[in-house]
Amino acid sequence: MSVYYTSTDHFVLLPALLLALFGCATLIFDLFIFPEPKQRRWLLLFLVIGEAFAGVAFARQQMFLAGHGGDLTAFNGALVIDNYSLYFHWIFLATTLIVGLISYKYLEVRNEHHGEYYGLLMMAQCGMFFLASGTELVTIFVGLETMAITFYILVGFLRSDKRSNEAALKYLLLGSMSSGFLAYGFSVLYGIADSTRLQAITAAVAARDAWDPILLLGIATTAVGLLFKISAAPFHMWAPDAYEGAPTTITAYLAVGSKAASFALLLRMFAGTLGSARVAWEPLMIAAAILSMTVGNLAAVTQTNTKRLLAYSGINHAGYILLGLIAGNPTGLKGVLVYVLVYTFMNLGAFLVLTSLTRQGLAGEDINDLRGLMKRAPGHALWMLVFLVSLAGIPPTAGFLGKYFIFLALIETGHVALAVVAAAYVAVSVYYYFRLVKAVFIETEESEAPPLATSLGTQIALGVTGALTLGIGIYPEPFLRLAQMSISR
Amino acid sequence: MTSNLLSLILFTPIAGLLVLLFIPSSNKTLIKLWANLTAAAGFLVSLPLIMNFNRNLDGYQFVERADWIPSLGVQYLIGVDGISVLMVMLTTFMGLIAIFSSWDAIKDREKEYYAMFLIQQTGMIGVFISMDFLLFYVFWELVLVPMYFIIGVWGGPRKLYAAIKFFLYTLAGGVLMLLGILTLYFQHASQFGRYTFEITELMKLNLPLGLQQWVFWAFFLGFAIKVPMFPFHTWLPDAHTEAPTAGSVILAAVLLKMGTYGFIRFSLPLLPSASSDRTIVTVLAVLSIIGILYGALVSLMQQDWKKLVAYSSVSHLGFCTLGIFALNHAGIAGSVIQQINHGISTGMLFLIVGVIYERRHTREIKEYGGLAHVMPNYAIVFAFAMLSSAGLPLLNGFVGEFTILQAAFDANRVWAAFAVLGVIFGAAYLLWLYQRTMLGEVTNEKNKGLPDLNWREWAVFIPLMIWAVAIGVYPKPYFDILEKPVAQIVHRVHQTANSVANAPAVSSEAVSK
Repeated sequence: MSVYYTSTDHFVLLPALLLALFGCATLIFDLFIFPEPKQRRWLLLFLVIGEAFAGVAFARQQMFLAGHGGDLTAFNGALVIDNYSLYFHWIFLATTLIVGLISYKYLEVRNEHHGEYYGLLMMAQCGMFFLASGTELVTIFVGLETMAITFYILVGFLRSDKRSNEAALKYLLLGSMSSGFLAYGFSVLYGIADSTRLQAITAAVAARDAWDPILLLGIATTAVGLLFKISAAPFHMWAPDAYEGAPTTITAYLAVGSKAASFALLLRMFAGTLGSARVAWEPLMIAAAILSMTVGNLAAVTQTNTKRLLAYSGINHAGYILLGLIAGNPTGLKGVLVYVLVYTFMNLGAFLVLTSLTRQGLAGEDINDLRGLMKRAPGHALWMLVFLVSLAGIPPTAGFLGKYFIFLALIETGHVALAVVAAAYVAVSVYYYFRLVKAVFIETEESEAPPLATSLGTQIALGVTGALTLGIGIYPEPFLRLAQMSISR
Repeated sequence: MTSNLLSLILFTPIAGLLVLLFIPSSNKTLIKLWANLTAAAGFLVSLPLIMNFNRNLDGYQFVERADWIPSLGVQYLIGVDGISVLMVMLTTFMGLIAIFSSWDAIKDREKEYYAMFLIQQTGMIGVFISMDFLLFYVFWELVLVPMYFIIGVWGGPRKLYAAIKFFLYTLAGGVLMLLGILTLYFQHASQFGRYTFEITELMKLNLPLGLQQWVFWAFFLGFAIKVPMFPFHTWLPDAHTEAPTAGSVILAAVLLKMGTYGFIRFSLPLLPSASSDRTIVTVLAVLSIIGILYGALVSLMQQDWKKLVAYSSVSHLGFCTLGIFALNHAGIAGSVIQQINHGISTGMLFLIVGVIYERRHTREIKEYGGLAHVMPNYAIVFAFAMLSSAGLPLLNGFVGEFTILQAAFDANRVWAAFAVLGVIFGAAYLLWLYQRTMLGEVTNEKNKGLPDLNWREWAVFIPLMIWAVAIGVYPKPYFDILEKPVAQIVHRVHQTANSVANAPAVSSEAVSK
């Protein structure tokens, strides 16, 4: 016990360390080296280098796992690197890179190009690292807060924009309340197990009756905190406002990265640690899932702001992903992983196209700003079609695959009624996604619209997200293997 | 049989599409020419299929098999039997006709228009040749998006409403059908320990009647909305009326057949006890008869020429489903033939509306009258199409309707009695339409001096007329090619119906390779 920092600890922690280090360094660089906004594009390169280092560290961990079997645990079981967490780490890495790529043009157009932006992106990813890898309550909580606080800042990053500030404040208030709930839940779990490590809590929970009131209290508050983070109804109120006000690039990051990280934790907590108390939390999750699909779909139908529309669509998707957890069998868990993966790319892609519409003074957020996009930028328009069709879950795009697993898992576990509800809502969701399709392809704009704000970065990001959205749909085998590997222990 | 003929047929439109994308959209003639060439090539490569198809063999031919998603047991498995062959030929042929007929009609965004048609061709062919249920589902959904655009971009005044309604209806049915597919998939895995979507494998399932009924209704929603059967038909008049002519042609001739094909290919063989269950058969037959009569009566009332043809589709498709659920040989064979006939005759009727719409830009019946004096050739073609649709002997419509009525009579005399009324009404609304538009004096000044059919329009109609006569005069080849597959389906439905609890008695349906 005298060794506080072993080489295994270092090996496990290294990616997070790198991210934090590069993140902090960016702040200093910005201050001393790149005073001119135009030069700050170079910081993107710095982010890419940081991610490359982190990527190498993850790859080495992956190779270690492949070579040795077994998981890597560190800090007396406070952190773990297993196939499951690595799966998410790769998603976070890709997300951060893509968000970084699409950001510089956007920030220049909005006249808010500050170097700390890139630093904060990496810090947020550092927080996500602990959400996916943390197996100890305090570690998890600190990771969650690291992520959340960077997001509070990023949402309000457009300093001169009232809406952005308002969104940040709302997000901060509601977010800290949910963190409070989560902390409360964690403290109850700690009280039950007399330990903050998930392993001990798992055993303690299994030893108790699922309907034990104290346990119930712990489960309910933990669930509320996490449902808030994944923006599932009825804890979704913050999402549309925060999404609308935040810089579009950050909306994308929030919708994808933050949600994926929270799902990583949610799945570890509920399918793993609290798995034996399933009877107690299953009704809660079912209610949240149905509500999310209902609220998400019905509210999205009437939105005229594309970011709000996608916010509600995200609430709807959270509902679908929860269904995978509710089914809880291997197919369902695999479904959650696959769903999170495809959701990442299709949603990033959709936001990316919205980002390119941004122009000075006019945010390009109204549904009508998409009008005639096919005429103006056929490439963007066609990829947008792929993303929207995928979000709607229509084959042969990746989105179908997520829905496929969710439906199959529900049928396998006998939740047929839920499956029917979920299937019926697919038709509703098509309605609002195709409102966007309609604007892009069918309607035309009378006045001459300004050109798109694209850059090499957005082109690359568009290509990658588009190719993956289509590619995972057409040839999913490698990705399914990856997901399969991540849940087999 | 290791040829890749089916893949060739399937991907010819997509290959053409890839080239089309590189033609600059300003070069309209080249785009049209290329799209037509691709469609013609698509039809030509499908000819060897019918010529080399051996009608004396049981099971599937031209089978191609490759793993697609091995971890889910999804295969790229395609093959044809007699029913599919006819459907594929119908698709490639009508696709050519539809694309050719758009030459003058479509005047903006040609590139996208033809691109959508080509994607749709691949989707429709895929539906008819898939032997893997998930592959089938992928193609089934793939068809929706292009049709949405064809209606939504190039359609009439209410195109947006019609397009999204079409999309939502068919998608909702499709997703519920997916649940049925997944149920079978899961049941197969728990009975045989192997995940597969292969249809011949799924047929080995022995499911209790209750479960079969649930799955049947799930399939029913998918297929019945597509057909469309009576209470689900409301999307059809809108979609047909608003779609551009070629879109209506494809919609009527091929897209709707995906539903009836689904019943024949999936509902009946996969769920034999449910589809021979008394209640279900009665419900389906009654819905079909309501469709026949309702469609015909509503057609009588229409003021809009195109809407009339659209509602007549509901009526004709009612015959097709009635034939299927007569559950005898004549009924199913008649139904398939009637599906082809409906493709030809209703396709022709839509083209006829298209011809006049291009000249006058209105579809109001009362705008017309006495057109026979102005456009005599047009009137002849219309008369031909009308009689073919109404089921005049020696033309195609008669063969199908007669066979179905005969089959319905065998199954239940009351059904036949009601269905016959549909034939009478059918003759009534068509003849009345003809009278109002073609005969009498030219009452509307605007109709004077309308040009008669040009060579391109002749070129569209002549092949269809030849095919209509060919089926009407000599339908035997069609019955021959349907003989084996239909016998198999009928045998399967009746055999299992008689011995519900009799375990895996149906392994004789293996794929012949």
